[in-house]
Amino acid sequence: MSERARDAAARLRAGDTAALARAIRWLEDGDALGARVLREVAGAPERAWRIGVTGPAGAGKSTLVDALITELRRRGQRVGVLAVDPSSPFSGGALLGDRLRMQRHTLDPGVFIRSMATRGRMGGLASATHGAAILVDAAGFDVVLIETVGVGQDELDVAELAHTTVVVSVPGLGDEVQALKAGLFEVADVHALNKADLPGADSAERNLRALLDLETQRREGEPRWAPPLVRTVAARGDGVPALLDACDAHRVHLAASGEGERRAATRAEQLFYALLREQAPQRLLARATDLDRTIAALRAGEIDAFAAAEAVLAGGGLPAL
Amino acid sequence: MAKRIRVLLAKLGLDSHTIGVTVIAKALRDAGMEVIYSGLKQTPEMVVRTAIQEDVDVVGLSSLSAAHMSHFSRVLELLRAEGASDKLVLGGGVIPERDAEKLRAMGVAAVFTMGATTTEIIEFIERWWTQREAQ
Repeated sequence: MSERARDAAARLRAGDTAALARAIRWLEDGDALGARVLREVAGAPERAWRIGVTGPAGAGKSTLVDALITELRRRGQRVGVLAVDPSSPFSGGALLGDRLRMQRHTLDPGVFIRSMATRGRMGGLASATHGAAILVDAAGFDVVLIETVGVGQDELDVAELAHTTVVVSVPGLGDEVQALKAGLFEVADVHALNKADLPGADSAERNLRALLDLETQRREGEPRWAPPLVRTVAARGDGVPALLDACDAHRVHLAASGEGERRAATRAEQLFYALLREQAPQRLLARATDLDRTIAALRAGEIDAFAAAEAVLAGGGLPAL
Repeated sequence: MAKRIRVLLAKLGLDSHTIGVTVIAKALRDAGMEVIYSGLKQTPEMVVRTAIQEDVDVVGLSSLSAAHMSHFSRVLELLRAEGASDKLVLGGGVIPERDAEKLRAMGVAAVFTMGATTTEIIEFIERWWTQREAQ
């Protein structure tokens, strides 16, 4: 198996997109090969800039990502995209339609687009998205765009993964701005007011700016970064160069202020816990002895669930009856 | 984490009818599959690039125009050239039986024409998947 993983990692590093796509699949499916490939490429310094694109459903995230790809390609950057959509909690299936808006980049060899379903993970990303971003980086892409599901107030995982988080909002949602206050607003490094040609764009901008002033005050004492607000009409590409310039300014800020290093340390710690959360249950159960007997005793009422769980957590099998 | 069947649904050629493909997409999702819909007016090159980047197991091609023969055969040819011929290729749409016969000979695993139910499609995919996983 380790030979297969080494081979996959080598092909992926050489820019083989089929190998990249397959390795991401392994991560999604929980195939041990995925973790092995990750370990093969881990340790290499991060090269790619990760830009998260998040916001409520209908804000135009996919269209904005499409426009960002175009602009990044114009600037000579190779672009990987991870576009996340929700899995149905009922069937476990998913409709992944983000790349519909990015069709024109399909044949560009400098663009890799991968749709991912959340597969039960809350937080706006899939469990495998973090690993996938590392693999896309290893495959030689300069920028990784990570598009979240349409988020509410507490699906904020993207901020842990991205270097720069773009929060997309749109005019005309009224209370949307209020909703943005909680959670989403705090993770925004850059704001995009998309569909800025719609009626109500000016008042939406005023509302956002008022909130931004409060936010800037709140952040006093931290390394100074006032999240800029950029108006965009993604469908026409308007404002997209300015949006990318704002992301770039944030990148420079992270490097110059030391904030980037602080965030990288936090990211490493969060990834560590996320990996444990994901893998610990399976490993624990795999290690437990007499699991069948424990379950049978539990179901028969001979032991209680607390005692059974404690026994497995302690690394043993069936507790003494 | 369970494995999930990943399916690409693509419309080849110039027709712009989306209802059939939308119905199938929803049915496959409700059967627990992850469905990537890449949109209208796809070329065989786009279909194959997408199938590889998304690492799908199944490629469902829909054609409601007479161009299906050349489009479908080009998709199969490109998949082979990319070393991706392990994917299950299905056809659907308005396809006369004599064409369906030729498509199956070419390597399209099944052709579902008007009157096929979503249940038939789902069962076909699941049977193939179970057999492949057993290998």
